[in-house]
Amino acid sequence: MTVRVGVITFPGSLDDGDARRAVRLAGAEPVALWHGSHDLEGVDALVLPGGFSYGDYLRAGAIAALAPIMSEVKDAAAKGMPILGICNGFQMLVEAHLLPGGLIRNAHQQFIRRDQRLVVENADTAWTSEFRRGQEIVIPLKNADGGYIASDETLARIQGENLVAFRYAGVNPNGSMDDIAGLTNEHGNVVGLMPHPEHAIEPGFGPDTAVAMRSGVDGLSFFTAAVSAVVHSAA
Amino acid sequence: MPTIVVDVMPKAELLDPQGKAVAGALQRLGHAGFGDVRIGKRFELTVDTADEQTLAAVRTIAEEILSNSVIEDVVGIEVVE
Repeated sequence: MTVRVGVITFPGSLDDGDARRAVRLAGAEPVALWHGSHDLEGVDALVLPGGFSYGDYLRAGAIAALAPIMSEVKDAAAKGMPILGICNGFQMLVEAHLLPGGLIRNAHQQFIRRDQRLVVENADTAWTSEFRRGQEIVIPLKNADGGYIASDETLARIQGENLVAFRYAGVNPNGSMDDIAGLTNEHGNVVGLMPHPEHAIEPGFGPDTAVAMRSGVDGLSFFTAAVSAVVHSAA
Repeated sequence: MPTIVVDVMPKAELLDPQGKAVAGALQRLGHAGFGDVRIGKRFELTVDTADEQTLAAVRTIAEEILSNSVIEDVVGIEVVE
């Protein structure tokens, strides 16, 4: 079967093209979706891409989280569809209450762009099943509002239910509580993270690794994992 | 037309990076006697009538759209003629 993965474009999305490319390299068919529509066009999985939807006005991801298509996204999330929110997409998922907590301006106030080491904390989600728990990966990080915060009560629940998908390794780049870089929901179908896996999919264009410059392709596994999840659930 | 003003502030217990940057600048400039600075948002909504029904709607909008209760508090809603 050809797995179809929708990538939703919002006004101000920047990495929708890269996300569609990542979907294609993972062996699936990318489907461009538009925020103003109520139609997911029958896709099997969804990506909310990075960027600065609505110029980060109000709060990062806040206005996009109220977009027409988000009601269908919420329904799809409840039905178990694999959904990945990258950077601005992660901000939309927390604003839409599909993932707990919130994201605020980086603690040092500056935009940051670096090849970021991450530790995989949960390898049982639709998007992380090709990793091992504890595995270290390198994914580019680039954002202004990446500081993860949550109440003590929410943080305790996140810990207790094993909802941390990724933690920053080596250095905490933005003041995120508990070094949290990405989260999953209880069912493992909705995952959000600040770093950009769609920028680490092809040798020569990925992050620097210990092996060689721009050789990092750890991001591709996110997309191939979701494709496998769809194929297995259909089988 | 009457205007309803909604004030939203980052939660007191959370770091406010913007406020911290301004506090740092004040200190650098030699303005003594200032402690924390916190930066919030003020929304001005013009309405046809500021009746109880409209105010109830504004309270809902303030809690659900203008603020995010995970990171912010609505600290004031008042009618300004």
